[in-house]
Amino acid sequence: MTTAELTSAAARGTEMPMRILVIEDDRDAATWLVKGLKESGHIVDLAGDGELGLALALEAVHDVFIVDRMLPKLDGLTVIQRMRSDGIKAPVLILSALSDVDERVKGLRAGGDDYLAKPYAFAELLARVEGLGSRKLLDPKDAKLHAMDLELDLLTRTVSRGGKPILLQPREFKLLEYLVRNAGHIVTRTMLLENVWDYHFDPQTNVIDVHVSRLRGKIDKGFDEALLQTVRGSGYMIRVR
Amino acid sequence: MSVNTKIFRTSTFRLAAIYLLVFALSVAAILGYVYYSTVGLLERQIQDTIRAEVQGLADQYRVRGMPGIFDVVSRRSLETSGTLYALVGPDGGHLAGNLEAMPKGNLPDDTWLDFPVNVGKGDSVVEHTAHGYHIELKGEYELLVAHDVQELRQFGDLIRNTLYGALGMALVLGLSGGYLMSRNFLRRVDAITDASHSIMAGDLSQRMPISGSEDELDRLAVSLNDMLSQIERLMVGMKEVTSNVAHDLKTPLTRMRARIEAALRDTNAVEYKSALNQTIEECDSLLRTFNALLSIAQSESGQARQQLQALDMNDILTDVVELYEPIAEDAGGSLTMHFASNLKVQGDRQLLAQAVSNLLDNALKYGETVEGKGAEIAVNATIENNEVVIVVSDHGKGIPAEDRDRVRNRFVRLDESRSKPGNGLGLSLVASVMTLHNGQLQLEDNQPGLKAVLRFPLHMV
Repeated sequence: MTTAELTSAAARGTEMPMRILVIEDDRDAATWLVKGLKESGHIVDLAGDGELGLALALEAVHDVFIVDRMLPKLDGLTVIQRMRSDGIKAPVLILSALSDVDERVKGLRAGGDDYLAKPYAFAELLARVEGLGSRKLLDPKDAKLHAMDLELDLLTRTVSRGGKPILLQPREFKLLEYLVRNAGHIVTRTMLLENVWDYHFDPQTNVIDVHVSRLRGKIDKGFDEALLQTVRGSGYMIRVR
Repeated sequence: MSVNTKIFRTSTFRLAAIYLLVFALSVAAILGYVYYSTVGLLERQIQDTIRAEVQGLADQYRVRGMPGIFDVVSRRSLETSGTLYALVGPDGGHLAGNLEAMPKGNLPDDTWLDFPVNVGKGDSVVEHTAHGYHIELKGEYELLVAHDVQELRQFGDLIRNTLYGALGMALVLGLSGGYLMSRNFLRRVDAITDASHSIMAGDLSQRMPISGSEDELDRLAVSLNDMLSQIERLMVGMKEVTSNVAHDLKTPLTRMRARIEAALRDTNAVEYKSALNQTIEECDSLLRTFNALLSIAQSESGQARQQLQALDMNDILTDVVELYEPIAEDAGGSLTMHFASNLKVQGDRQLLAQAVSNLLDNALKYGETVEGKGAEIAVNATIENNEVVIVVSDHGKGIPAEDRDRVRNRFVRLDESRSKPGNGLGLSLVASVMTLHNGQLQLEDNQPGLKAVLRFPLHMV
């Protein structure tokens, strides 16, 4: 990420602001995180340890939780497990200095929805938090996804725009599906690598850009309005309006 | 603990002591048997003879009375059978027999006894030991029949003395031998202990002493030395990596620091922003270096080995090639693949994908043809001798033969590649992923270009 431009959906007014609970014991990191989230138009609560975090989570309704893996008093994974056993379903993003794939699996097993290794770019974190926050709006059972005049049929694996069929490779379909599911939100290159290719390492060459630009050639070429936008310094986004 | 008590605690000494005990018992048993079957037998024979004589004489006395026994004793005393007789009257006076008198003292009836006799030997008279049987006859007569057992007793003493001597010698020789052997053993153990102490103190070049006798201690020392060499190699490798990491991180940090300092001297907001942006880029590149190092560490950890799963290499290769195909084409080159079917392996999907992805990254970066066209990359996978063989080849400049080993080391970048982005860890990761999968990375000449070959065992179900 070259620039940490705060291109947030909430800040742009395309979506309702979210209430986010940050449970993070590193004071400096927490301060910057809270500042960034607030500037992006969200309402943020902060807890400095696991016990306080769990208490706050049980006390008020939040849209997204950001939980550090290692916390004083109550470990991050335990906090998430307790929250889940108390029926809190809101998505959780785990922050951790441990980047192993195993650690990631442990975090997701404990009830986390996404896992971000420290240090992270704020743009990456924001994209993931907003992606998690909007997830509940989509019904996973929907057989069809829409973005403006683009339609994805998940059963027949076909795509059309403005009624015109578009031919996509299976991987391109998966890429578009992920982008459309997160329509209106920024999707970073790492998110695409993790979710479309299931790779948890960063290739040195920027392979994702080429795939996205090929996809763009197929869904935007010949149409007046570009659906697939590049958000400088962050990633990509499918427009909703 | 003093040296002496230490010696007694050595296993050699204890072994020697046990041997000694067994040896002593055997010697005692053998000599005991010899004694029993010679001296014991002769003595029993003598006793039998004496008993028969006494019986015969007693019968004579009962049948023929005093004259009868007097007659027989007198006659037999003249024979040179070696048997000694004494017949005395109620007053103790000598009646008959070649013994002058009864031994002194009050002799009970029906008993065996040993007593001294004087035997003429040439001019002198020597005292011998005799063994005899004494009975009282009716009318207070007394009869003693005996044999000179001096030689027999001497023979018995000889055997006993031999036994004691042998035991004593065994004891002395055994103990001192055990002591010497233990001291020798202890000396060698102490030498090994000393060597290990100085190794623990930090001198990794030390080795265990080897006596050259090829005994079990030598074998132990040789195997310890092999282990030490391996540890030393690893330590040297670690030191190199650590200093390389430090060096490699210092360069970008120095750059970063200088840039920030320069920006601080400036007052221009545009300059600030550009300096900060460059700093973030620099940070990201450092993070990539760290992530690559962590991936290598992960693939070298024992934990990763436990988590290998049965995988289809076809899927992994297809995915990675598909990920890279567009970028190769966009660069004006090509990426072709040809895979044999059923490439089942035992592996870690992420690490294998990352390894192949690193090779493709390299091929893209350095595989441009001599005419400057985009890289023509071929990925082939076959099965040879129960091994999966994956070949990633290009027609670029390749790697000079003398550098092919070196480039696997961490942070090694060839001069001509320094202008391109990278951290010098790509091939190190591939090599360590291959080690994790019990395989190897080979770099070969593709004439022209580079042929990176991954070889690792096929998973047999």
